[in-house]
Amino acid sequence: MSNEIKTNDLFTGEVKKKADALLAKYETKRASLLEILHLVQEQQGYVSVAAEEAVANYLGIAPIDVHEVVTFYTLYYRAPKAKTRFNVCRTLSCALLGARDIVGHLEQKLGVKSGAKDPAGQCSIQEVECLGACELAPMLQLNDDEFVGHLTKEKIDELIKKQ
Amino acid sequence: MEKLLSKYFIPGKTFTLAEYEQDGIAAFASIPPAASQTGRLESGGGYQAARSMFEKFPDPKLLIEEVKKSNLRGLGGAGFPPGMKWSLVPQNTGKPVYLVVNADEGEPGTFKDKYILRHNPHLLLEGMMIAAYANNVHKAYIYIRGEYTEPWQKLVRGVEEAYAKGYLGKKIFGKDFALEIVVHRGAGAYICGEETGLLESLEGKKGFPRLKPPFPAVVGLFGCPTVINNVETLSYLPFILNRGSEWFAKLGSAKNGGLRLFSVSGHVAKPGIYELPLGISLREIIYTHAGGIRGGRKLKAVVPGGLSAAIFKADEIDVGMDFDQLRAKQTMAGSAGVIVLDETTCMVKALYVTMRFYGHESCGQCSPCREGTGWVSKILKRVSEGRGRTGDVNNLLDICSFMGGTTICALADGAAMPLCSYLEKFREEFEYYIQHGKSMVDGTALETETALVH
Repeated sequence: MSNEIKTNDLFTGEVKKKADALLAKYETKRASLLEILHLVQEQQGYVSVAAEEAVANYLGIAPIDVHEVVTFYTLYYRAPKAKTRFNVCRTLSCALLGARDIVGHLEQKLGVKSGAKDPAGQCSIQEVECLGACELAPMLQLNDDEFVGHLTKEKIDELIKKQ
Repeated sequence: MEKLLSKYFIPGKTFTLAEYEQDGIAAFASIPPAASQTGRLESGGGYQAARSMFEKFPDPKLLIEEVKKSNLRGLGGAGFPPGMKWSLVPQNTGKPVYLVVNADEGEPGTFKDKYILRHNPHLLLEGMMIAAYANNVHKAYIYIRGEYTEPWQKLVRGVEEAYAKGYLGKKIFGKDFALEIVVHRGAGAYICGEETGLLESLEGKKGFPRLKPPFPAVVGLFGCPTVINNVETLSYLPFILNRGSEWFAKLGSAKNGGLRLFSVSGHVAKPGIYELPLGISLREIIYTHAGGIRGGRKLKAVVPGGLSAAIFKADEIDVGMDFDQLRAKQTMAGSAGVIVLDETTCMVKALYVTMRFYGHESCGQCSPCREGTGWVSKILKRVSEGRGRTGDVNNLLDICSFMGGTTICALADGAAMPLCSYLEKFREEFEYYIQHGKSMVDGTALETETALVH
């Protein structure tokens, strides 16, 4: 199964409409790049090399200009992402309150190492830098969306059950 | 003590435009405006300050003067007075002037802007209208960090409400003044909180900071004059206009007007947001407001203004928390992110976690920062694995000496401050760890990946 999208197929129909609307907000085409990449990722789940080329064509910029942006920022996935993603904060406030134990417990429960996803693509653990939720420490971001805080081993077990 | 922004921070609640307008500032206000200001002030709720500014300040320069008098400081971290910043924007270049809001809240230990965006984005939008009028801006961007999914949704909804009501667009409040606002999501990079890195990112590039001068006020977004302000800074503007700059100035300390949102985290009993006057003592924040140290333990150290601030030992907390008093103590007020470390904390591991952050987030543009933060992080990892060498501390101090002041932006300076202060104030802990291959602290707080392996 391949999620790869041909260069010319991505910006058609609804997606093109959304992309055009984003583009219209900015002074230059290139300025819309980060938002266009968010849009691509919403569509495809990640940003493939083929999608990078499609974006470059759409914006009239060089593929390298897109590639260097995709690789610079941490929120763009460059391979299909796992269905359930545990992004655990590891910066000081969370570290002080046991972030490492939380990661260790997740690793043990899921049988997946931090920084990896399971072969079936069901779940992944990623240690990330400060998410701006230190009042919830130790905390994680679930599926790049919900902040789950005041984590304990029991809370992690419940969270895994719900997925 | 009166709350300004934080009175809106009701769990689970986001104020709609209508709620802000009806019950906003007026309903919450308990203190009458300063006597000298009476008669000049509208008494209404939300958006009254923006609605009335056109008549109250026929010349926007008067508005800039009013904001200067309030002693409002730049609350993103630098403390640069916004009124001063605005008066540096050239209005005669023939180019448009942009307003860019820095909502890329990324300084570890800081989470205040998230509360404003999540509970009342209209505070920010009204503040933006005021800044736009003061600087003759007709197009503004809000750069919000990509991880803030929920705050982003609330913010977008707030902007839509304001457009639907005609408060944004071609003629705001029916006046001959246009203002368009675009919400722009970042994609995960600490460096984009640096204002010129942010501009590069907003232009669709990697967040490599720019050489200054020219400053963004003169050459900023798309090569045009640009005002960049933090979310919290802008959100105080409606209060200043409604109740007067003198009232606001008096709330704080000398040259540091008003209140600000302290983000308190770490080993305190009650982590959270506390809106308190500038100049309040650090001891009061920790013990009176944040409930003291969890479990009745002893305080060991405090990071006073976000991860990049130099650390305080427990006996240094009788200090006024404003930009000038903290600078005098060789640290900084920064973003008001207060991180509290109790007696169970190993300072070697704490510094490793801290420097790992900078090693990860250095953009790689300047070698002293790229190599410095990387090597410091590697050395500290080795030390915390019990493989420290004699001379490591001096080596780290040596690296520290060339990291600061040698790079395009302040990230390396921000890394050098904790590095230098931890080593100087807790040197014996580092020496002990290197000599014995294990921590001097018999505590469980703060294990690192390597410590678990042992």
